[in-house]
Amino acid sequence: MKKGSKRVIPGFGLSLGVTLSVLSIVVLIPLASLVVYTAKLSPAEFWETITRPRVLASFRVSLLTAFAASAINAVMGVILAWVLVRYRFPMKRMLNGMIELPFALPTAVAGIALTSLTADTGLVGKFFARFGIQIAYTRVGITVALVFVGIPFVVRTVQPILEKLDSTYEEAAGVLGASRIRIFWQVIFPEILPAALTGFGLAFGRCLGEYGSVVFIAGNQPYETEITPLIIMSKLQEYDYTSATSIALVMLVAAFLILFLTNLVQSRSSKILKGGQ
Amino acid sequence: MHEETVGSKIVKWVLIGVSVLFLVVMLLLPLATVISEALRDGWKTYQAAVTDKYTVKAVLLTLEATAIAVGVNTVFGVFAALAVTKYQFRGKKVLTTLIDVPVTISPIIAGLIFLLTFGRQSVIYPLLHDLGIHVVFAVPGIVLATIFVTFPFVSRELIPVLESQGTDEEEAAALMGANAWTIFRKVTFPHIKWALLYGVVLCAARAMGEFGAVSVLSGHLRGRTNTLPLHVEILFNEFQYVPAFAASSILVLMAIVILVIRSLIEHRGGKRDS
Amino acid sequence: MKIQKCIGLLLAAVLAGGTFTGCGDHNTVSIVNVSYDPTRELYTDYNTIFAEHWKEQTGQDVEVIQSHGGSGKQALEVANGLEADVVTLALEYDIDSLEKAGLIEDGWVDEFPDDSAPYTSTIVFLVRKDNPKHIQDWDDLVRDDVDVITPNPKTSGGARWNYLAAWAYADRKYNGDTQQTEDFVKKMYQNVLVLDSGARGATTTFVENGQGDVLVAWENEAYLSMRDNPEDYEIVNPSISILAQPSVAVVDDVVDDRGTRDVATEYLQYLYSDAAQRIAAKHYYRPTNSEILKEYADVFDLNIDLVSIQDFGGWDEAQKVHFSDGGIFDQIYEK
Repeated sequence: MKKGSKRVIPGFGLSLGVTLSVLSIVVLIPLASLVVYTAKLSPAEFWETITRPRVLASFRVSLLTAFAASAINAVMGVILAWVLVRYRFPMKRMLNGMIELPFALPTAVAGIALTSLTADTGLVGKFFARFGIQIAYTRVGITVALVFVGIPFVVRTVQPILEKLDSTYEEAAGVLGASRIRIFWQVIFPEILPAALTGFGLAFGRCLGEYGSVVFIAGNQPYETEITPLIIMSKLQEYDYTSATSIALVMLVAAFLILFLTNLVQSRSSKILKGGQ
Repeated sequence: MHEETVGSKIVKWVLIGVSVLFLVVMLLLPLATVISEALRDGWKTYQAAVTDKYTVKAVLLTLEATAIAVGVNTVFGVFAALAVTKYQFRGKKVLTTLIDVPVTISPIIAGLIFLLTFGRQSVIYPLLHDLGIHVVFAVPGIVLATIFVTFPFVSRELIPVLESQGTDEEEAAALMGANAWTIFRKVTFPHIKWALLYGVVLCAARAMGEFGAVSVLSGHLRGRTNTLPLHVEILFNEFQYVPAFAASSILVLMAIVILVIRSLIEHRGGKRDS
Repeated sequence: MKIQKCIGLLLAAVLAGGTFTGCGDHNTVSIVNVSYDPTRELYTDYNTIFAEHWKEQTGQDVEVIQSHGGSGKQALEVANGLEADVVTLALEYDIDSLEKAGLIEDGWVDEFPDDSAPYTSTIVFLVRKDNPKHIQDWDDLVRDDVDVITPNPKTSGGARWNYLAAWAYADRKYNGDTQQTEDFVKKMYQNVLVLDSGARGATTTFVENGQGDVLVAWENEAYLSMRDNPEDYEIVNPSISILAQPSVAVVDDVVDDRGTRDVATEYLQYLYSDAAQRIAAKHYYRPTNSEILKEYADVFDLNIDLVSIQDFGGWDEAQKVHFSDGGIFDQIYEK
């Protein structure tokens, strides 16, 4: 079946046509201007701009915190989706309803609220301060803000899959005597992995570019807690568009690669799934 | 479902406990902070802040931009998801990745690239200017930015579902002679309706809260191009701490309304399904 | 059905966008004032008296549309097509960038009195009640036991004045020895606990989140923080500070296009009237009219020794030496 799927289903031209034209207007043309602007620099200048020690340090901070935050969100997202789909318990509908709330709050407001909670005078910060742990104004704080920003991604990509996933598989496996853990890893996990990866990729990309919530909680100390979007912002303040777009382009390529990889894994694993059926 | 063993019960409640704790600390506490700061100076101040003329205008503009962005992205998302999952063609992976790209672009850069494309320094600006079309620093720019940042949300929800569903049913229907629209309505749509709902809600929530990209493109003209998140920022920068949080609480409320509507639809749909 | 609905919505939106550009009736003129944070309340008050003044003079109603944001970002937007009739920004440098973009004609600084700065401010310290760390002057900010809060001059145009004020003090203290001055400023920034991206963020860090011992801030912003919590904070005036001059200018390109030059010019000119100067003082900006400034001697410390940007060779020079890439501020943070 894999090889033989010719275009039997009608409507290909229309679907692809609409997709490509909207994509060009909204995404491709504006992105082209980013590249055009960056191209004003010679390769040597471009390289010099993006390899300054402070810029490099900011890449490290941004990548590290974004990765940590999206990893936390990936694990918590799968657990949340599982709990919301499989279990019945009081207040479940309310929990389910809240997942998108972080999106609606302007990121700056989220940043201010999180900072006041996690500063050593805040409700949560006071508790951790007793153990000598500081959250706000450290990389931990940045990660907290990014976790908040990325909560909905993984939950909402995994949830539809779990909902559609037929429990007869598991029941069959259960009847055949497979243990719960084995059922999870061998039956359910492969099904939700592609979706979880997509969610992870999106959350990661979003976290890399996040600015509004992070600047309030980060402390913004160069080399320590300075994120790349902040550097871009300071370039803009100096009317230095070319440096800003160069650094932005690096971020963009990084995000693109990560998304491309997750998409690759996703389509590979869905092929395996279909082959297995 | 089969009977629950003691072990699975423990797992169940541990997982629920972890989830609830996570959501309370990461989600409810920050939101509660917003509400409590908004009400810090009492109900009267709050009321004055949310009924302010410019706050109301900002709410309306936010609703307008959100509605358009959701509409465009829903149409686009459905077509894109179908194109990617139901047909074979070259460059598919690049296409899916390109669709995701807007989420990963720093909102400030997103705003900036629209500025460079349609603003005064762009090659097409004289043309737009002569035609009297205002893109940047006017409502169309805000709408464009909002569409951009929420671009993949609908298609992203649909693609995994359509992928795991496969193409067998559609192919069968096509062989029986159904046209594209009928196939979509009768075969595909029932599979994706919940995912579509999630996508639309996700998109709406994000569109309402978008700040960075819109802030670059709006020009902050009070009463004209200020969306609610921008209005919040201005209040905040004006040392109007409490009114800023009051305006933010409107956004939280708007999100809650959307989420309640979704949960109602889900509830009704769920009843019919079972 | 659904698709039809969406397309309908889209069309409606485009139409809405179109009508948006329509004009009002003849006897109302509207101008756009692109300003920075936090001048909203100042201009809300000023717009009222200006509308009366303009009506009296010409019989015409005037509507002023306000826009506020970070000064540098606002300038960036005007340069990219935001149609501002007048700009009232935090520093000359931002308006210079509009001159370079070809929107404002050369020599705008001399178009209005006092370097086109109708009101000024300066940099002061905000400390906690009763000044527990005994902070009196810039020297105390380099003490090891003092934590300082100030925004990043690279991201906040307004915060460049903070940096320059510290520099001016050290420069005087070490009789112009650049190395010692640099060390002094470096030491102060090493004491900075949180380097916020903007003035407002720094204030929140200091006031709401209780970080640090001293906030280096614009005088008018320090007063705004005091307004909400008068019993928790004190303002300390350093011996030397800088004269912060927020500048104003008519955007020639836009007013010629829209035919609003007269009203735009009068809008800025009238800022120098006695009534407007008192409004500025009421919002804690120092009036440039020295007679009116004296009326408010109980609010403003008139004994601070104020240096000006000219002592740094003007903004272009200050920008190049201190804030450009690899400039002195960057060197402070070099490892």
